Amino acid sequence: MHTGFKNYGKGITTNICNFDMLYDINMIKFLTYIGNYFLLLKKVFSKPEKPKIYYKQTMREFVYLGLNSIGIIVIISFFMGAVITLQTAYNTENPIYPKYLIGLGCRDSIILEFSSTVAALILAGKIGSNIASEIGTMRVTEQIDALEIMGVNSASYLILPKIIATLIFNPILTLIGIIVGIFGGWIAGTLSGVITSENFIYGIQYAFIPYYITYSLIKTVFFAFIITSVSAFQGYFVDGGSLEVGRASTKAVVYSSVLILLFNVILTQILLS
Amino acid sequence: MIRIKNLYKSFNDKIILDNISVTFESGKTNLIIGRSGSGKTVLLKSIVGLHEIDSGEIWYEDTLFNKLDFAGKKVIRSEMGMLFQGSALFDSLTVEQNVRFPLDMFTENIPEEKNERVNFCLKRVDIINVNKLFPSELSGGMKKRVAIARAIALNPKYLFCDEPNSGLDPITAILIDALIKELTEEYSMTTIVNTHDMNSVMEIGEKIIFISDGVKCWEGSKNDILHSDCVLLNDFVFANSLAKKLRTTNK
Repeated sequence: MHTGFKNYGKGITTNICNFDMLYDINMIKFLTYIGNYFLLLKKVFSKPEKPKIYYKQTMREFVYLGLNSIGIIVIISFFMGAVITLQTAYNTENPIYPKYLIGLGCRDSIILEFSSTVAALILAGKIGSNIASEIGTMRVTEQIDALEIMGVNSASYLILPKIIATLIFNPILTLIGIIVGIFGGWIAGTLSGVITSENFIYGIQYAFIPYYITYSLIKTVFFAFIITSVSAFQGYFVDGGSLEVGRASTKAVVYSSVLILLFNVILTQILLS
Repeated sequence: MIRIKNLYKSFNDKIILDNISVTFESGKTNLIIGRSGSGKTVLLKSIVGLHEIDSGEIWYEDTLFNKLDFAGKKVIRSEMGMLFQGSALFDSLTVEQNVRFPLDMFTENIPEEKNERVNFCLKRVDIINVNKLFPSELSGGMKKRVAIARAIALNPKYLFCDEPNSGLDPITAILIDALIKELTEEYSMTTIVNTHDMNSVMEIGEKIIFISDGVKCWEGSKNDILHSDCVLLNDFVFANSLAKKLRTTNK
């Protein structure tokens, strides 16, 4: 904390001092917050008590967090692909541009950005709020205390299976998103008459770079970890009642989304530069 | 036996427990009583290690519990059972799975043995034909019974109950109290019950400590409690008009 005063007259000195103190307090709070997040991760990745039980939990999370998300990913990807195709067609009406560029544009947009980043933002809303509210409710109803009393590492037992499930399943969701998104683009393009089926299929095959899929999957793995760990952190440290659980759920979605966008920039710079 | 020596606990510079020293005896139902907000739950959660204490000692037999690391505490915790105020049953598991959970986690028994133990524990607390139901489908009293069954599944040496009667009607409350007392005697457990219910105190209170504003003010048995000189305790015990009337009549 700053101890010196800046001498701009009595009133101004006090204001600057208060501002400095406020800045220091917020900085300490922020660092404590980050520290607690990493301490929780350390607890999460400690050796499981009984791997068999963790395996069962992981299978359960595959269903809750993975299989149950297929529907929303299919719907969103289909319409995303359709809209991208129609918008690309609208913006490339000039006869100079070959028609197959519409298919190419749809493919690259879906693979590079929509199947990973936009899907992750949607999943942050669905999975993130689900995890934060589930763990938060367990905290306020003392179920986490009950686990601790039994000698169970509650952080590992509750969070590790969710992280493993999303790390494995979200890339599968991304691949589904890519396929359905391109299919949506083909349907919209051919049904609206903006592109022929042959042109679209030629476009999605033209100048294809397989690394784009790898890039998308790497991003998905990072985003899955962000969504699960940040949301679990918000839920695990809930203190209070149902109101706080709701707030934790909102924070989980907001913080996950912001971090996804931030890491999207960082990973794109690292992986595509 | 559990011994507490000079225990201090504060939250954000506010002292919640102030120099508590007490011994809880084996095979007895020990009660911590006091008004709401007096520090009973904090004391109980400090004893089981859910709260880190500021200073003092918590001894389980000859082991200084509060200085143990996670692995050391885990050994002692395998001998603990706890009944929480809201039962704290796992929502996603059925009644049977809830009671089975500690067995799955800490024993290598074959499934048949586990099932046998689960059924025994549920029968012991008079819960039958609800094995496949979820906690949300049970009444408050049934939830408490299932939570007790889960707490005794591993034959604990220590049983902790945080307000076991909260939210229950007087008849169910007495049944739960009787069950706790019976189990304590049957398994020679060291049982500590947190309560502000005077019916419980008079029914099962073999050893009682009274806490007010984080300070231990009185210690004794249910036979002594009606004749205490402690003003704070008397205010608590004779809080309702019926008790006041009876006291005046006796005098």
